Amino acid sequence: MGTMSLLFSITTVIYLIASILYLVAMVTKRQQTSSMGRWALLAGIVIHAACFGVRHSTAGGTPVTSLHESLAFFAWCLVLLFLLLDLRFRLSAMGAFAAPLAFLLMVASALSPDVVVQLNPVLRSWLFPVHITFAFLGNAAFALSFGAGVMYLIQNRMLKSKRFTGIYQLLPSLDVLDKVNYTCLSVGFPLMTLGIISGAFWANTAWGTYWHWDPKETWALLTWFLYAALLHGRLTIGWRGRKAAIFSIIAFMFLLFTFLGVNLLLGGYHTFEAFAFL
Amino acid sequence: MNIVIVGLSHKTAPVEIREIVAFPTTAMEAPLQQMLELPSVIEAVIVSTCNRVELYAISRQPVAAVIEMKQFMADFHNLEMETLQDHLYDFEGKDAIQHVLRVAASLDSMMVGEPQILGQIKTAYGYACEYKTVGLILNRFLNKAFSVAKRVRTETAIASNAVSVSFAAVELARKIFDSLENKTVMLIGAGEMCELAAKHFVNNGVSKVLVTNRTFSRAEKLAEEFDGVAVSFDNFREQLHRVDIVLSSTGAPDYVLDAKKLKQVCKERRYKPMFLIDIAVPRDIDPAANKLDSIYLYDVDDLQGVVQANVKERQKEAAKAELIIADEVNQFQTWLAALEVKPTIVALRQQLEKVRCAEVQKTLSSLNGLSDKERKAIESMTCALVNKILHQPTYVLKQANNNGDGSLYIDAVRTLFDLPDPVDQKSDKLNDCSDI
Repeated sequence: MGTMSLLFSITTVIYLIASILYLVAMVTKRQQTSSMGRWALLAGIVIHAACFGVRHSTAGGTPVTSLHESLAFFAWCLVLLFLLLDLRFRLSAMGAFAAPLAFLLMVASALSPDVVVQLNPVLRSWLFPVHITFAFLGNAAFALSFGAGVMYLIQNRMLKSKRFTGIYQLLPSLDVLDKVNYTCLSVGFPLMTLGIISGAFWANTAWGTYWHWDPKETWALLTWFLYAALLHGRLTIGWRGRKAAIFSIIAFMFLLFTFLGVNLLLGGYHTFEAFAFL
Repeated sequence: MNIVIVGLSHKTAPVEIREIVAFPTTAMEAPLQQMLELPSVIEAVIVSTCNRVELYAISRQPVAAVIEMKQFMADFHNLEMETLQDHLYDFEGKDAIQHVLRVAASLDSMMVGEPQILGQIKTAYGYACEYKTVGLILNRFLNKAFSVAKRVRTETAIASNAVSVSFAAVELARKIFDSLENKTVMLIGAGEMCELAAKHFVNNGVSKVLVTNRTFSRAEKLAEEFDGVAVSFDNFREQLHRVDIVLSSTGAPDYVLDAKKLKQVCKERRYKPMFLIDIAVPRDIDPAANKLDSIYLYDVDDLQGVVQANVKERQKEAAKAELIIADEVNQFQTWLAALEVKPTIVALRQQLEKVRCAEVQKTLSSLNGLSDKERKAIESMTCALVNKILHQPTYVLKQANNNGDGSLYIDAVRTLFDLPDPVDQKSDKLNDCSDI
């Protein structure tokens, strides 16, 4: 427990440092500072991964059964995908969105009760980690597409209104932001799809039915349809730019509700307590 | 040792004067040599651009040097001193150091932050090296100026915003398309500004140029210039869907492109963004088109607005740059003063040593019957005395130099102890430019 919480704290602090570096880089416009932020994030996910490793051996299974663990795992997925995206597009400006978000997720995680929950034997299956990983990576990709969407709208507004504030220089071009939005969507959508399918199979092995229509499943399906519509719009009708950005922001709101709102408000199989009692 | 500057710039002299006093860069040897021959000048550099003519010198008598250099400038260009006098400025010491650092960092330029001046000073320095008119101090100083200019450029955003309309257009395009590679530009009409902007676009990677004009032959001519394609004015609208950037400057009294047509074009382009620049007055493109999602329409006033905002931004950055300069001025001054501290300390020591030897000699010759041991004791006592006396002044001199008022103490020490003037450096000029 000691090592685990130490690693957890170190990770949180590193994400905080990375956030500060990225924000400072935004103000001072210095490339060096943002690349320091990048290295900090890289160090952060490595230590964070070690933290999961320790937790895995303590819990004797995939350590994503409580809200505490889910939020932390989400942060990890987010940073991982951001770093991959950054590798491709050099998105220092987005670091100022992703790093603080990861930090806040860690803080939220720290604030929710840290219990190592033994998974109910009924639910023990190799499909559990698969389901969790796909679903969370998908969520992280959509969070980034949300970030890119917001940045697009800000940049677009400045270019349209012809009034430029300091942030104009820092934001990437519309073209890059739109590409990022699309990339995240095209990565996130298959991940989410696989997450849902693996979840269904897992449900079948545990309870004998693929689909329960519990609130989380229903909302996930609704969100899935939204993203499917967006992807379809982009690929066939030529939706892009502002329209796609707005759509991805709205869809992310639904995703957020699916991820958190359902657990906190509606209950069902996916509530974390349910794992404990089942 | 002082840095002395005499010169004039766009701020003090009209172009009529500037063009007369400019030194042709093709023949720099004569003026540089002549300047070096001035009695008070030890090192010489001449910077001559269309906005600025400045003489940089190292001298021991700054007041005399200023008069000589002004006279030289008038004589060389066969001007009456009266005509020139009012336009000339002069600096020495700290002010001179600051002036050159500011000029090199483009803080004194007509358009603050434009980098050309740095290259021009480098060229001037190159000539001075070639004709061996620079020595230790100007070498060190100008290299310092170059590195400070670089520091200003990397640590402030002084040069990061476009301050001309056509560059502003290119920058806006970059914020929309990211890269201009594989983008297509269409020129509608053939205004001069349009052509200039098109050149900037081509220089920045635009690969394809379409040109249309009411007079087809003019379109063809312009297209040839850009290695592009001429399109007849009657059906250029049919080509618009292939175009990413439009530059329009026709003399048409009405809109050449209306919003309705552009809406259709957007659809044909599958809503890929389109950047329209309307330089014409009266305008060529219906301003309502800017409301379309994938259209970014800028007219002349919009671009001017961007430029003005950028100029303001540069001025803000210039304030940051001034802080850097102030810091560097102090550093260089300390270095310059240190050049003289060491010789002064050596001279002071020699002076006292001379006195000591003479007095010991006198005393020993009047005393008889001293043993060798006793003689040695007197010798070492006097040595210790000199060392003790020198300790504090030496310490203070070094300290004062670090605090930036070395020259004050150096002068005081030289006067108090009647030290000889340092060797005139004119005789042993250092002529190497390798001190980077």
